[in-house]
Parts: sequence; C-alpha cells; structure tokens
Amino acid sequence: MMAALYLRDVRLGFRSGGGAMIAVLFFMSVIIMMPIAVGPDLKLLARLGPAFLWVGALLASLLGLERLFQADREDGSLDHLRLNTGIPELALMVFVKCLAHWTVTGLPLVLAVPLFGLFLNMEPPAILAAMAALAVGTPAIAFIGAVGAAAGVTLARGGLLVAIIILPVIVPVLIFGVSAANAAVDPSQAFLPPFALLSALCLFFAVTGPFAAAVFLKGIDE
Amino acid sequence: MFNASLSVTDLSASRGGFALFESVSFNLKRGDALRVTGPNGTGKTTLLRCLAGLILPDSGAIKISGENSLHYLGHFNAMKPQLTVAENLNFWAAFDDGKSIVSALETMNLSRLKDLPFNVLSSGQKRRVALARLLLSPRQIWLLDEPTVGLDIVSSTLVEAMFSAHLANGGNVVAATHTPLGTATWQTLELQAA
Repeated sequence: MMAALYLRDVRLGFRSGGGAMIAVLFFMSVIIMMPIAVGPDLKLLARLGPAFLWVGALLASLLGLERLFQADREDGSLDHLRLNTGIPELALMVFVKCLAHWTVTGLPLVLAVPLFGLFLNMEPPAILAAMAALAVGTPAIAFIGAVGAAAGVTLARGGLLVAIIILPVIVPVLIFGVSAANAAVDPSQAFLPPFALLSALCLFFAVTGPFAAAVFLKGIDE
Repeated sequence: MFNASLSVTDLSASRGGFALFESVSFNLKRGDALRVTGPNGTGKTTLLRCLAGLILPDSGAIKISGENSLHYLGHFNAMKPQLTVAENLNFWAAFDDGKSIVSALETMNLSRLKDLPFNVLSSGQKRRVALARLLLSPRQIWLLDEPTVGLDIVSSTLVEAMFSAHLANGGNVVAATHTPLGTATWQTLELQAA
C-alpha cells in the first residue's frame, strides 16, 4: 500500500503541473546568476561554489513543498489517507510522501550538481563532495518541510509561511552541508565529521519529521 | 463477512463556535441503511465526518465495532485530475489492499472511459468513478455525502442497485442527501438546527 502511494506521487510529479522540473530549473537560474554577480574572479567563484550550490538547492527544495499535502486535501484524497489510521500509520505515509517528493524534486538537484558545479569553476573533487553532501542533506530538508507543510495545509497561500516556519530548523543542515562540501576546496577542513553529522541530522529528521507532521494532519479540524 | 455495528449516542457538534445538531442518537445493525436529511447548514456533512473520525464532536459517543470497516466519500471525489480513471482506481485498489478494478468499472458502466484522464470527464462521470472506488475493497459501513449529485437517471439507478447489493450483503450505507435513494428500506434521520 505504501509502494502504491510512492508510485502515485512520483507519477504525479512527472505529469503536467507536477512540478518535477520546476525545482531544477529554479536551481539553474540561481546558479547561472552567481558568476555574473560575483564577477570575473574565478578563484573566488570556486571558493564560494559549495555555498552557492547549497543555497540554490535549499531554495529550490522549498519550492512546491507546501503542496505536499495541500493537493491531496483539495481533491479529498487526504480524507482517505487519514481514514481508519492512527498516528504511526499516518507518519509512515508522510515518510513515503517525503521520499516521493524528494525523488521528484531533490534527486534531480543532486544529479544536476556536476553540470552546475562547472558553471562555478569547481574542481571534480569539490563537485563530488557537494553532490554527496546534497544527496544526504536534501532528504532532510524534505522531512523538515513536511512538518511545515502539514502545519500550513489548510492555508490557501501558505507557501512563504511554510518556508519561514521551517528555515530555522534547516540551518544546522545548511551549516554541516556547506562544511562537508567545503572540505574539498579548503584543505584545512575535514570532510568526514561534518558529513557524519549531516547524515545523523537526516536520519533524526527522517524519524521525527513524519511523526510531527502526522500529529498536525491528525488534528485537522474541518 | 460483515459483522461490525455502528452506534451513536447523544452526539452534538458545532463548527466555528456555531452549534449544529444536538443529541443525535441511532444504531445501525447489519444491512441497515440511513438517510440523513435536513435543511442546509444543519450539519449533515459534519455528522458524516464525525462518524468517519475525521473531526471530533463536541460531546457524545460514536462506537464502531470492527477495524478498518469504513468507506467515506465526501463532496470531493478523491481522484487526481492528471491521472486516468484506471490509474486513479488502481491506486486506491492497491492502497486499500483491494481487488481488480475491472468489475467495479463494469458495475459503474465506466469501462469505456477507463483510459481517459480524470479531468476530461463530466461531473456525473467523475462522481461515478468516485463511487466505483467503494467497490474495490469490501468495507461494511459506507459514509456518503451527497453520493448522487450530478448523476443522470440511468446512473442513479446504477448507484441505487449498488447500494441495494451492498445492503443485501449485510453492509451499511449512511448517506446525506435530499434525493430519494431507490426502493431499499431507508431509515431517515432528519437533522434540525440546535
């Protein structure tokens, strides 16, 4: 039953209006603007590359996050997902929906990093480090975002509000993500400690995020 | 196979601080059908959503014996406009651990439409797809909000036959509607403003 939910959400993401490519296009727009904004200093650009990639991926991940449950609420599907279920089953559904959301929006961002890293004059080791950090960090953003999306599910224009609610919680992910990605650029920094902490954050939010979101969804009163 | 029962005692509910119905009580045994009527705004939808466990009543008790025994169909059809009829129904069949969609499509006279995207259907056809979902996984108690809205006479007859078959199997139908629902024996609950 969870496999069915995952497949449906992924399929919807790639259908018209699903928004699968929107995040990666937005990511591209941000990254293309950076070299123009920074100017012709290639060294500076490479130095700042990991941070740009992270901010771009973070903002792109926030796009469409508020639709995670809203689309299901508007067409009545959410009633059926909530029917006959307790908090643990709902949390599992949220987890599956987050995975599907990440497959459609987060994974393309990670896969686009080798190309966008070139725009930022990054060396292959730095690109690999940034890819690894984003592969672990973007699911964490989806799990945290699910809490905001569930809290704002009944608000018609909740998008920006959801982003503002979840940004403070995402800050640790950004800090360790950028440190891990910077390790390949700056020899004085180690890759493994921030990467391990980033992975720990991802696992922590994979468990707590869906439960918190399930509590919000259970409490919908309409 | 159906042996759940539904009993409601002294149920009261309000929406946004506005009192709807008060002290509603009824019992449904196997094969009982209940039609909920009453003027607009007396809480027919709220009553169904309370029974489904989607919202909490102010007071009173709802007892449903048996697990996973509810189907709920609200005003919205719970179908994705971008997916085809078959994709939508296959999803709910898999999600509810149900059976193949073929017989449900036939019962609702939808076989011809199964490969069309849901959003090109007329509102009556959409409603029939939504009703076909109920047939995918056998559950005893059907909670239906305006089930026949937008249906033509032929389709209404199909739906009435589907209700009669469900009731004859020992199932229950609780429907909020103003239209009469065929020849089956319906109890009526008329809600009045509190």
